Amino acid sequence: MADAVAAVEIRGVTKRFDEVVAVDDVDLTIADGEFFAMLGPSGCGKTTTLRMIAGLEFPTQGSLRIFGEEVGTLPPNKRPVNTVFQNYALFPHMTVLDNVSFGLRMSGVNKTEARQRAGEMIELVQLDGMAARKPNQLSGGQQQRVALARALVNKPKVLLLDEPLGALDLKLRQEMQTELKSLQRELGVSFVFVTHDQEEALTMSDRIAVMDQGKLLQVGSAEDLYARPASRFVADFIGQTNLIEATVADNNTIVLQNGQRLRAPSPHAAGTAVAMSLRPETIQVGARGSVPAVHEATSLEGVISSASYLGHSMVYEVSIDWIDLEVRTPMVLSEERFAPGSEVAVWWDRRSDWLVAE
Amino acid sequence: MSHGAIVRPPMEPPTDPEPAEATPEFEAANKRLDRRRGLLLALPSWAFLTLFFAVPLLIVVVYSFATRNRFGGTDLSGWNIEGYRELGQEFVRNLVLRSLWLAIITTVICLVVAYPFAYFLATRSPAVRNLMLVFVMIPFWSNFLVRNYAWRVLLGNDGPVSQATEAAGLGETTILFTQSAVVLGLVYGFLPFMILPLYAAIERMDWSLVEASRDLGATGWQTFRQVSFPLSLPGVIAGSILVFVPSFGAYVTPQILGGGKDPMLGTYIVAQFLEARNWPEGAAASTVLMAVMLGATLVYFRTGGRTL
Amino acid sequence: MSRPAQLRRGPKWLLGANATLVYLFFYAPIALLVLYSFSDDNLVGRWGGFTLDWYRAFGQNDEVQGALSVSIRVAILSTLISVVLGTMAALSLERYRFRGSRIFDALLYLPIIVPDVTMAVMMLLFFTQFLNVLDAVFGIQMTKGFTTVTLSHIAFSISFVSIVVRARLAGMSADLEEAAQDLYASRWQAFRFVTLPLITPGVVGGALLALTLSLDDVVITQFVSGPGSTTLPVYVFGLIRRGVSPLINAVSVIMLAISIVLVVASLVVQRARGGEPA
Repeated sequence: MADAVAAVEIRGVTKRFDEVVAVDDVDLTIADGEFFAMLGPSGCGKTTTLRMIAGLEFPTQGSLRIFGEEVGTLPPNKRPVNTVFQNYALFPHMTVLDNVSFGLRMSGVNKTEARQRAGEMIELVQLDGMAARKPNQLSGGQQQRVALARALVNKPKVLLLDEPLGALDLKLRQEMQTELKSLQRELGVSFVFVTHDQEEALTMSDRIAVMDQGKLLQVGSAEDLYARPASRFVADFIGQTNLIEATVADNNTIVLQNGQRLRAPSPHAAGTAVAMSLRPETIQVGARGSVPAVHEATSLEGVISSASYLGHSMVYEVSIDWIDLEVRTPMVLSEERFAPGSEVAVWWDRRSDWLVAE
Repeated sequence: MSHGAIVRPPMEPPTDPEPAEATPEFEAANKRLDRRRGLLLALPSWAFLTLFFAVPLLIVVVYSFATRNRFGGTDLSGWNIEGYRELGQEFVRNLVLRSLWLAIITTVICLVVAYPFAYFLATRSPAVRNLMLVFVMIPFWSNFLVRNYAWRVLLGNDGPVSQATEAAGLGETTILFTQSAVVLGLVYGFLPFMILPLYAAIERMDWSLVEASRDLGATGWQTFRQVSFPLSLPGVIAGSILVFVPSFGAYVTPQILGGGKDPMLGTYIVAQFLEARNWPEGAAASTVLMAVMLGATLVYFRTGGRTL
Repeated sequence: MSRPAQLRRGPKWLLGANATLVYLFFYAPIALLVLYSFSDDNLVGRWGGFTLDWYRAFGQNDEVQGALSVSIRVAILSTLISVVLGTMAALSLERYRFRGSRIFDALLYLPIIVPDVTMAVMMLLFFTQFLNVLDAVFGIQMTKGFTTVTLSHIAFSISFVSIVVRARLAGMSADLEEAAQDLYASRWQAFRFVTLPLITPGVVGGALLALTLSLDDVVITQFVSGPGSTTLPVYVFGLIRRGVSPLINAVSVIMLAISIVLVVASLVVQRARGGEPA
């Protein structure tokens, strides 16, 4: 990745709409052949970023390169990228074939060749026999495939996808996830994928960028984001977590708000306010006094305030003095479960916590 | 659908800007360009309507303060409010009051007839409803003059209406060239203006509220009074304005069915221009009519009206 | 939305009866007029056996034919111009933001709500001055006639066209135009191959409406027409004021038929392909 030219390179890009800063000084590099997701709550700037890559918005400032070529001021029709729109934006007055060959026709390919190539692409997305239909005669999943075919037939250098699965029902969405992933591998083109669905992002992407309020918070693999979030927001946004406020005491210890000291190696300077992120499934729960000696320095005592049976697991709310912890344990026999009110201890492996300092 | 020959774009700038890093200046320039495109599209009709509508509107107001000269012409000098003062003459006052009265009666009749009709329409299945709507739209847009003329034929001496009433032992019908005939013609002409907004309002209504009201023990009539009618009020207001304004300024109907007796405001205005040649007076009356119309339109938009 | 509440039998029956009467009220006079236009009797409202004489008279009456020809020419010319201007206006308001757009929007609404008598007065006074100015400043001698009638018709038709086209544009997602540009279409190509085909029903509907309005107008035309530029409705109106005649019946039926054909065509076109954009 280091020496290859990046598929998309964004440097210091800002987008302002009147007084609102939609995208705030973002730097981002997307490698060739990468399946890249942009994740964040609605209004975080991910769609605006995508639209800037497509050319549907111009950045207020900053550099935007596609395979090394600056494209910041180019209109969408001069950029070597194509987009799958959120609601597909298929042309309702054209057949599937005309939709798919539209881009080729606009870029000057003659009719016969355009139709032939479009036909091949329609086959590739498994819509054989649908070429003569109008979009409103297709199911949601089929429309999605047409949208894909219409973009991919132009052999874009980067494919942009704006919440492409949002309109599909759960089962179809899962099918399409697998299919998109394998299509991307087959073609070797970078896919840049905008979604607000973290599970979708985590399962499909090589790397994920998390955005909030126009800022790029963290870029990394699914595991990076889950196990080593760079901020409270990312820790909280990706999966579920318990955030415990603390202060760094020294490079091996933090002090909780009640004065209790826990062992937690920290790169932060003493006195830094941090939050310890503890995933519910990494916490063990047991009777008081049953804490294994190795975990003594990473344990807390509390009372079960609620217990929910989820079939494959148990979720406990453990109230510890000033906070509630969510603990998720594998299912155990009923006599080994804790009832609300039970006095318990919780502990975790010292490698499974993670400190975030905002 | 094939898209035929691909046309080379005549509107595209001759050369594209060199690809470069975006800057605030570029973004601003691009925004300006976009605004200019919008303005360019608007400009022809904007200019046309300014010259051939807004300016004429102002000229009417100007004329209303001008002086009528001895030869029946108008001097654009000696500005005065004589035109408006003449509106206070007893003859003119009666005529304005009569127009007002006939417009109100027309509006009320339209409302009483159209409300149950619109209600019925809104409670049909979509297919039936669309068909019924089409058959309201046809008279809505078909030739107004001819539709008035049809009544002239029907109501005439020995015409079919008269023959029917005579056969029924009710005697001859002699309402042609009376105010009743004018109201009939206005109702006939403007009833669709009442039906369409009423229908739109009733159709939009949340019927679960009506059910809730019935569920809470209200009778049908109470439900209508307390729930359905208030909910359809925007439609009532819109429809009433759409019927009232053209009725108030009506000209063709009083001419054809009223026989030019008992002139209404529209008739009076036309007469000032084509017969009496008192243009300032006609302009003053037009200005008043326009003011009534503008006031009504403001009320219409205030109440959230959107239908034509 | 839930189904309308059940009405008691009484009101339900009454509502149905009322609706029937309303339709009867709308269509009976028209039907009778059509019937009498075929009546072989010099009295307009009496049946005297079937004849086509009045239609033959219509065909042979030079004044009527002349007026019809003026009407058609005015209607076609004013429609062509107002469709182009109205569609551009609709595009500007629905797809762009520019300074003064709200004023423009209001200006576009006014011709719809101004009573025709007022509009007639406006156009008369305006052209009186305007033609003077043309003569004084440019030395162009012009009298009221075909041109002034056409200009006036354009002035009230633009607004109706733009409203119909705007409704169509509002129902069409701007995504489609962006998608076209994303697929290498220039702005013009995006308009030509995506926007235009999709708004065509609105444009055609607006055009038919403009034709209808132009062929319908009496008062405004009466004020701005001159010798030789009398349209059919103005001519017929003049005849009616002098008295009814079976010839007017026939002319009326033809005018009515034209307007009904146009309205029905407009409704059909606007409803066709109504299911989209998908």
